[in-house]
Amino acid sequence: MTYLYFPGCSLRSTGRAYEESLLAVCRKLEIPLHELDDWNCCGATAYVSIDETRAFTLAARNLAIADHLPQPDGSDPQILAPCNACYMVLAKTHHFMESNAEVRAHVSTALHAGGMTYTGQTRVRHPLDVFVNDFGIDRIAKKVVHPLKGFRVACYYGCQVVRPFSEFDHPVYPMTMDRLVTALGAESVDWPMKTRCCGGSLTGTIQEAGFRLNRALLKEATKRKANIILTCCPLCQHNLECYQQRINRRYGETINLPVAYFTQFMGLALGIPAKELAIQRLFKPPLSPAPAGKQEIHAHA
Amino acid sequence: MMLPVPPAMRAAAAKSPPPMKTVVRRIKFESELDLAFGERVAERAYGQKLLSCIQCGTCSATCPLSHYMDYTPRKIIAMTREGFKDEVLNSLTIWLCASCYSCQVQCPRQIHITDVMYALKREAIARGFYPAHHPIPVLARSFYERVFAQGRNTESRLLITLYLRTNPLVMLREAFLGFHLWRKGRLSLKKESIAGRKDLRKMLNAVEHGKKEEPL
Repeated sequence: MTYLYFPGCSLRSTGRAYEESLLAVCRKLEIPLHELDDWNCCGATAYVSIDETRAFTLAARNLAIADHLPQPDGSDPQILAPCNACYMVLAKTHHFMESNAEVRAHVSTALHAGGMTYTGQTRVRHPLDVFVNDFGIDRIAKKVVHPLKGFRVACYYGCQVVRPFSEFDHPVYPMTMDRLVTALGAESVDWPMKTRCCGGSLTGTIQEAGFRLNRALLKEATKRKANIILTCCPLCQHNLECYQQRINRRYGETINLPVAYFTQFMGLALGIPAKELAIQRLFKPPLSPAPAGKQEIHAHA
Repeated sequence: MMLPVPPAMRAAAAKSPPPMKTVVRRIKFESELDLAFGERVAERAYGQKLLSCIQCGTCSATCPLSHYMDYTPRKIIAMTREGFKDEVLNSLTIWLCASCYSCQVQCPRQIHITDVMYALKREAIARGFYPAHHPIPVLARSFYERVFAQGRNTESRLLITLYLRTNPLVMLREAFLGFHLWRKGRLSLKKESIAGRKDLRKMLNAVEHGKKEEPL
């Protein structure tokens, strides 16, 4: 099974560390990836605010490309979308194309105009789902060479990876990433904010509201004595990491938490060098909380 | 809107100069509402279920943004259903919704609340029902234009367009963060685009002939 990798726009800019670490982990686990040919933007949440049928058409073009890439073993093609927004939009489009005849008719006509056909075979998957449910948590645990003892991880899923069209976990209190980090030797913190929204693009538009959402998340993780937040979405990571200092200044907080991608964390446990995992691209690299003190994590990688 | 003042009251007010009270009516009469508005929105947001809302308030309670909204999601649903069209389309609520879907997965009536918000956003944008230079509709429109032309979005360029169209001073505030991101290799100004953008435009233009939303 080769997964059709759909990077999305963020993984080529602010989420570059996510792309680099994801590819490194897939190489290590020997999960074959093939970048979807000439993929286009999924439309995110903004496109549907202007024109819904066009938004569906935009996302369906990607599905239609994947539909015509049959797998060597005869199984249905699977798109791997690491960004939560891409994942949700592609899954939503698939859902509507399958369940709403009117949407399907309009979108199919539009795709024909550009010489494409949609068949609906493609499934949309998130790396979290693929690593834990396809590859298997036991197999990952066996490959751990540096158990990440001493880390208290607040697993932050964000909203759209579990809602509303995903099926691999609970929409409000998921456990997939928690089980994964436990298998890597770390401790997952029980906290109620796992899927509470980070505000998405609100940090760039209505900053007051966006900052307050992130402040609530960061404060709760700190209160629960987490020493790192892991995310599976480029926008969540950006919001929680890049605005921390400004949130501290504005609200008089003293939050100081590293925010990394779960793929980077996995890679460290699997013994991939920190450079390949783009740890240096984070503003605040995760420190090893082991007795050695201020030793940086890439010391043992 | 003012209610007519009865003649007796007017006479009394004329005798003793102040204080003259003006009665402000805060609620619309049924005749002033657009009674079919709710049904039209329901149709556009994939479900007549909107009309069966039990007003339990689960949506407002789960919404992480409801305390910044002028009307909570529950109120938006009630007002939409009763036909308060102008109030709903003018509200800040529809712009604050970040599409996190918490309300939708918890709704005991399975109302597609996020899709209702999208339908209202589209209508408000199509009719210019939002504050001029409000960043959220401007962001949506800039994003839309960029993806229409190139097939992909370039985050840095999108943000620069947003700031130029809303408040260029914000760019100064964000420049510092931009510099840090650039130093870490997380900011690229390179214009992203796809090879098949001509065909993509053909597809998107075909929608124009296929399904164009009528004004609500």
